[in-house]
Amino acid sequence: MDAAQAELLAKVQPAELHEQPLVTNDRDFNWVTDKICRIVETKTPLWWWVCMAVALVTAAFTGFGLVWLVSSGVGVWGLANPINWGWAIVNFVFWIGIGHAGTLISAVLCLLKQGWRTSINRAAEAMTIFAVVCAGIFPLFHVGRVWFAWWLFPIPNSNGIWPQFRSPLEWDVFAVSTYGTVSVLFWYMGMIPDLGVLRDRAVQRLTKNAYEGAGALAKGMDVFRKNLYAIFAMGWRNAGNHWRNYEMAYLILAGISTPLVLSVHTIVSFDFALAVLPGWHTTIFPPYFVAGAIFSGFGMVLTLMLPLRALYGLHDLITQRHIDNMCKICLGTGSIVGYAYIMEFFIAWYGANPYESYAFINRAFGQYWWAYLMMFSCNVFTPQLFWFSAVRKNAALVWVMSIFINVGMWFERFVITVTSLANDFLPSSWGYYSPTMVDILTFFGTFGLFSVLFLLFLRFLPLMPIAEVKFVMPAADPHGHDHGHGHGDVAQGGQGDHQ
Amino acid sequence: MSESYGIIASFPDTPSFFHAAEKVRDAGYKKWDTYSSFPVHGMPAAQGQPRSKVPVFTFCGGLFGFTLGTFIVWYMNAFDYPLIIRGQPFFSPVFPFPIMYELTILLSAFGTLGGMFIMNLLPQHYNSLFNSEKFLEVSGDRLVIAIEARDAKYDPEATRRFLEEIGGTDIEEVSA
Repeated sequence: MDAAQAELLAKVQPAELHEQPLVTNDRDFNWVTDKICRIVETKTPLWWWVCMAVALVTAAFTGFGLVWLVSSGVGVWGLANPINWGWAIVNFVFWIGIGHAGTLISAVLCLLKQGWRTSINRAAEAMTIFAVVCAGIFPLFHVGRVWFAWWLFPIPNSNGIWPQFRSPLEWDVFAVSTYGTVSVLFWYMGMIPDLGVLRDRAVQRLTKNAYEGAGALAKGMDVFRKNLYAIFAMGWRNAGNHWRNYEMAYLILAGISTPLVLSVHTIVSFDFALAVLPGWHTTIFPPYFVAGAIFSGFGMVLTLMLPLRALYGLHDLITQRHIDNMCKICLGTGSIVGYAYIMEFFIAWYGANPYESYAFINRAFGQYWWAYLMMFSCNVFTPQLFWFSAVRKNAALVWVMSIFINVGMWFERFVITVTSLANDFLPSSWGYYSPTMVDILTFFGTFGLFSVLFLLFLRFLPLMPIAEVKFVMPAADPHGHDHGHGHGDVAQGGQGDHQ
Repeated sequence: MSESYGIIASFPDTPSFFHAAEKVRDAGYKKWDTYSSFPVHGMPAAQGQPRSKVPVFTFCGGLFGFTLGTFIVWYMNAFDYPLIIRGQPFFSPVFPFPIMYELTILLSAFGTLGGMFIMNLLPQHYNSLFNSEKFLEVSGDRLVIAIEARDAKYDPEATRRFLEEIGGTDIEEVSA
């Protein structure tokens, strides 16, 4: 810095901008460990039992709907010519899309070294896996005779026939099952160090044997925890050598999950785009579907994390900075989705194909205008409010808007699937689709199934990656930058950048 | 005390832990490791460890997945039960590309996780270090360096003194 520059700086007195810390209130390592572990170690709160009861009852609707379907036939759904892809495909794409935010957070944001991903990462990955479970139900039962669904996989069967690999639906089988499996592997590997922490804490309590007044049940639970977590922690002992291989594996899994997550929704969009139907046969589908998936997924992450933050008092770990960032991702991806809606219309006109332009005019102003309006207002207008920091700081409002995003994205899939099928080339074969009660209850029940799985996750597994949260704290810096004040060095955090 | 596994020493904060690891490396010890509940940035270099071998397993898994994907499509659609679809060739590397792509990723992921376990010699549910109560506190905030008795340079007295010199506290001998 030369003299003139120094003089100028003294005159201007530029403001020092500090990055907000990712863990607020100067918390230490023990506090973080305790806070996250105690969620699974303390007595089950009453609200958990209430939510679990409600979730189980809701999930029963899916069970009931599926039993009815299998015992009667696919006709109990509202599918009829020409609309043979009704809610089944809508719900499948909706749930698969939700899963994408989890992988985006765990993989893409890891590669981009976004330290803020750490505290929401684990719950978002859990959300991915449970969403894939819910998604899988629909195509599985849509095949009709569900007991033959294994024919989708390349397994020799008595008919001597094989799957047809030219079909995008077969690509989907591979994409979704790979996605589910890799998500589970990634989730599990990320959890190994934390399972080790839970194991060690149970052993410590058992060694101290301080169960006076707590009764035999508390001790029994700790014996159970010690054994359960020990099995899955695989003998992890936090060694430097362990971490070296673990970080490399984590980085690679993030690296291969990134093209995976992009390919999954691309292939889902091929289910539509490879058909010749007006409104489906467009090249914009893959990027547009991926952006929509991330948009809906972040909506769901906000829907889940905001109540959890309040219930468990996690305000020092999920800070305003985290919420701001998630809102901004919703704003960004929501704007891409809005751009895609408008561009589809432009291309429909510019392409000068009468069927294509009819399909789009019919979408917006035809018999399903209400669905289009719902989709457009929820997905295009709602996220635009996230430009304002006052909106992002109002947790209740953000939560309500996240619900709008979920609703809007469901309607997007409805609009795409149903309007193109209902009014295709031949007016003589046009139709109108309405779901039956079985459709509605089966879908409604999947929210219960998702909640049951998520509540079990909250109760038995560490909600946040403890090691990763510690890693982005200033006290974890081996070069000792400004202990505890969370200056810019925190932002260097990220996983696996040791080489 | 029965046979010794080694000596563990604790360090008060991450910088002193990190610099102590560099000193143990420079002192020429081979059978030793650092223990912390989070990965420390730059620790592999401070411990003098080479780059992890996990990518080799990822590559083998990925290569196997790609080959498997190509093979099953060729075998099933072009060899065992060829069907004429749209007058197209029975096999081409283009149309089944999503299958090859997904299987590459699937088996690289298994390779990566398996490679992590193999390189870390896990599962290994018993280790002498778990007998130390101080070692269990690593899960909280304790930062530990352990030098094993099987190291050629190990000497109960000298190693203990060395760990003290580099700033270690709560020094404890762990039995095997």
